[in-house]
Amino acid sequence: MPHIELPEPDAGVIRRLPILIEGLKARVGKDLLILDEEGRRAYETDAFTSYRRVPMLVVLPRTTDEVSKILKFCHENDVKVIPRGAGTSLCGGSLPTEDSIVLCVSKMNRVIEIDYTNRIARVEAGITNLQITAQVSKAGFFYAPDPSSQLACSLAGNIAMNSGGAHCLKYGVTTHNVLGVKMVLIDGTITEIGGSSLERNGYDLLSYVIGSEGQLGVITEATVKLVPSPEGARPMMIGFRSPEAAGSCVSAIIAAGIIPVAIEYMDHAAIEVCEAFAGAGYPLDVEALLIVEVEGSESEIGILLGRVAEIAARFDPKTVKISADPDQSARIWAGRKAAFGAIGRISDYLCMDGTIPLAQLPHALTRISQLCAEHDLKVANIFHAGDGNLHPLILYDANSPEEAERAEIVGEAILRLCVELGGCLTGEHGVGIEKRELMSTQFSDTDLMVQMRIKSVFDPTWRLNQAKVFPLAITHVMRAGNAASTPEAA
Amino acid sequence: MSELWRPAAEWELQSMIAKLVREKRGIEVVGHGALRNTGRVAKSDVVLTTSGLKGITLYEPTELVMSARAGTPLYEIEAVLAARGQMLAFEPVDLGPATGAPGGALSIGGVFATNFSGSRRISAGSARDNLLGVRAINGRAELFKSGGRVMKNVTGIDVARGLTGSWGTLAIMTEVTFKVAPIPQTTQTLAFTGLPDDLAIEALNVAMNTPLEVSGAVHVPRNCAVRLRTPKFKGIDQSLTLLRLETFSAAIDERKAKLKAALKVYGKPIELDSEESFGLWSEFRSLSIMPFSTDTSLWRISTLPTKAAEIVLAIQKFMPSVAFYDWSGGMIWLEVPAAADAGAADVRRAVAVRGGHATLIRAEPEVRSNVDVFEPLKPEIERLTRGIKSAFDPSGLFNRGRMYANF
Repeated sequence: MPHIELPEPDAGVIRRLPILIEGLKARVGKDLLILDEEGRRAYETDAFTSYRRVPMLVVLPRTTDEVSKILKFCHENDVKVIPRGAGTSLCGGSLPTEDSIVLCVSKMNRVIEIDYTNRIARVEAGITNLQITAQVSKAGFFYAPDPSSQLACSLAGNIAMNSGGAHCLKYGVTTHNVLGVKMVLIDGTITEIGGSSLERNGYDLLSYVIGSEGQLGVITEATVKLVPSPEGARPMMIGFRSPEAAGSCVSAIIAAGIIPVAIEYMDHAAIEVCEAFAGAGYPLDVEALLIVEVEGSESEIGILLGRVAEIAARFDPKTVKISADPDQSARIWAGRKAAFGAIGRISDYLCMDGTIPLAQLPHALTRISQLCAEHDLKVANIFHAGDGNLHPLILYDANSPEEAERAEIVGEAILRLCVELGGCLTGEHGVGIEKRELMSTQFSDTDLMVQMRIKSVFDPTWRLNQAKVFPLAITHVMRAGNAASTPEAA
Repeated sequence: MSELWRPAAEWELQSMIAKLVREKRGIEVVGHGALRNTGRVAKSDVVLTTSGLKGITLYEPTELVMSARAGTPLYEIEAVLAARGQMLAFEPVDLGPATGAPGGALSIGGVFATNFSGSRRISAGSARDNLLGVRAINGRAELFKSGGRVMKNVTGIDVARGLTGSWGTLAIMTEVTFKVAPIPQTTQTLAFTGLPDDLAIEALNVAMNTPLEVSGAVHVPRNCAVRLRTPKFKGIDQSLTLLRLETFSAAIDERKAKLKAALKVYGKPIELDSEESFGLWSEFRSLSIMPFSTDTSLWRISTLPTKAAEIVLAIQKFMPSVAFYDWSGGMIWLEVPAAADAGAADVRRAVAVRGGHATLIRAEPEVRSNVDVFEPLKPEIERLTRGIKSAFDPSGLFNRGRMYANF
């Protein structure tokens, strides 16, 4: 689907590479640099693999001071920087350009301090999401946001994308679970934004930072909230005869005042693949499956699941099955979390991430099926139904450029549909390069200008993570590298 | 006396701002005036009130979402929600009565402009956490939107949440969209008595570290507890350490028993039922235990729970004070004797060495003009703050001087 435009690399910068390498060696030593092509090629893409660009240089700093020196050097030498965590972005959020330096924080992965009494942990930003929980789980705590890639993705990337996950229905997303960050600005200034207490001082700068997709600075440390682990948790599976029935059931559960920790939706296509992969005991004879998980003590779980089952009964479910034991619960979740990978084994796919108001769920599902059928493509639907965050996977054959293009057309139509229905383009994956040009369907030029001016406050010369988030045409002037340029000039 | 402008619609507000921007006239932004006795005094030529922008524009109880125009009174919103068994989970604090302004005058715009959240913040998040989207007009007279009405939205930079706590200095919100929550079936409160501050905060955090979803964790020292009106505490002469449990009826007894067991070493608690609890916790929301007086000033201190008692003790070395601790110690409301600097030097020093920040909530207007009301910013943060201010309001017309003396 190679129709997303990427700016022409700046040949002048590439010519200066030998001087840049010498300069960086002098400042942070040669051990942090990856120069050989094979090494650099490992950073040519992220999890949005249809686009690849080998960066001219990769730097792997170990400390905030080193990050500061590298950024200052890039700032002074007019070099663009692509901040990177673990490279698991699904929207090309960390896609390099040939004239940029990839600054990857993956070596900064230590836990600095755990404070159970105050329920916070200070960590380096390159730590993986799951590693935070692993470090505190023995003491009965966890870090709440749980994107499906949590085994691999970094906290830095989670903060950049404001990542969510299956359990954010109850616990919120990254912006609800991070109290403060240490962030280095493009000129090398080290800032502490937010802190370790709940309330922030002055403007809520942290809100701009979380979800800014590497546009404002490079995050090197963060203070995160730790949440006491629930006494217990158990999922139940409810299979329906139609996607509409499942969608209505989700609305009815929320309307009844029950807020489960997670409500996940899978359609028939997804169930088959995931069952083959995980052997979770998913029912294979249903059109739609809900995984509803509740938390609490044994008796609370029993009461809540009972109430959910009562509500589900109104929608004529084909199967209602409560997880029998922790092993089955683990398999139910393993199947769900491995869904993208499992489907990836049978087909190439485009993963959409739009969000819609809950009441529109049945309508949206119908429209998505129609759109895919109209373009002769198969779709597998897997998503966080409780908060309306859809993940239709449009299946296509990457070897057929024509089919790839059709997939992209359908993807775009689905995202436009989400916006029309009162939702948004992306619930948790981010904009990156993928949805950059669609931003104008959700936002007016003024809305975007307001956002771009914030970018300019933090990164006045627009050197960080260029050509992402905002439509290419309207950022041309800023990207041209004129320090005096402001979004008004565009 | 400044002129008062009162637009009745968003477009009218926008055209008024356009005119004022052209004429470079300073604008004081107000709702119904609940916050006028708090913060620094804005320098302005015109007072612009959002009180004419009223009404709930969207309410979907089954989706737990509501939108309202910024000038809609908070009490109206809460009444409409209550009729459907729902609420604002973050328990917005009405500063009016404690600062000598009218009570019940807080607008929903003011709730998000200040981001002052109440006791349930520890479990349900702050006003900022529950905000989903805004429409607003900046100091360039541009109408813009950010966020939306869905729970999960990472599309672009989060301008909506970035406006919370900016006190009308960046943009005037015209409409806000936010999460609402079901009112819990049952509420119960456990009150431990006679604990000294440090031990009490330890107890609150033991409770918070259980998975029992405690939704209020407040410590009221003895000299503050005497002000409580809750009948059960009439004539009480010792400190109260309060924990609130809220859940569905069938689960409450089990949770209460577990919480009591976890806190056994702190004594045998007094128990309050739903109705008593409702009355008690509303005293913290309305700050009726910090009543208005010209003899005292009021501070609000954000810190780590483990530092809270130390901070209060350090301040009390210099002046008598009355405190209560919310958010399991993470928020201190502190009343000190009125003075030329409202005790700022001592309060800030005590906080600075232990971490956190302090905001002066109540003092005479001249005092609020002469001392820093908000914690002074570090140089690199001040640079960014000024940059943000100028990105939204390049001529510095909105609420000039309301947060910081120079911008």
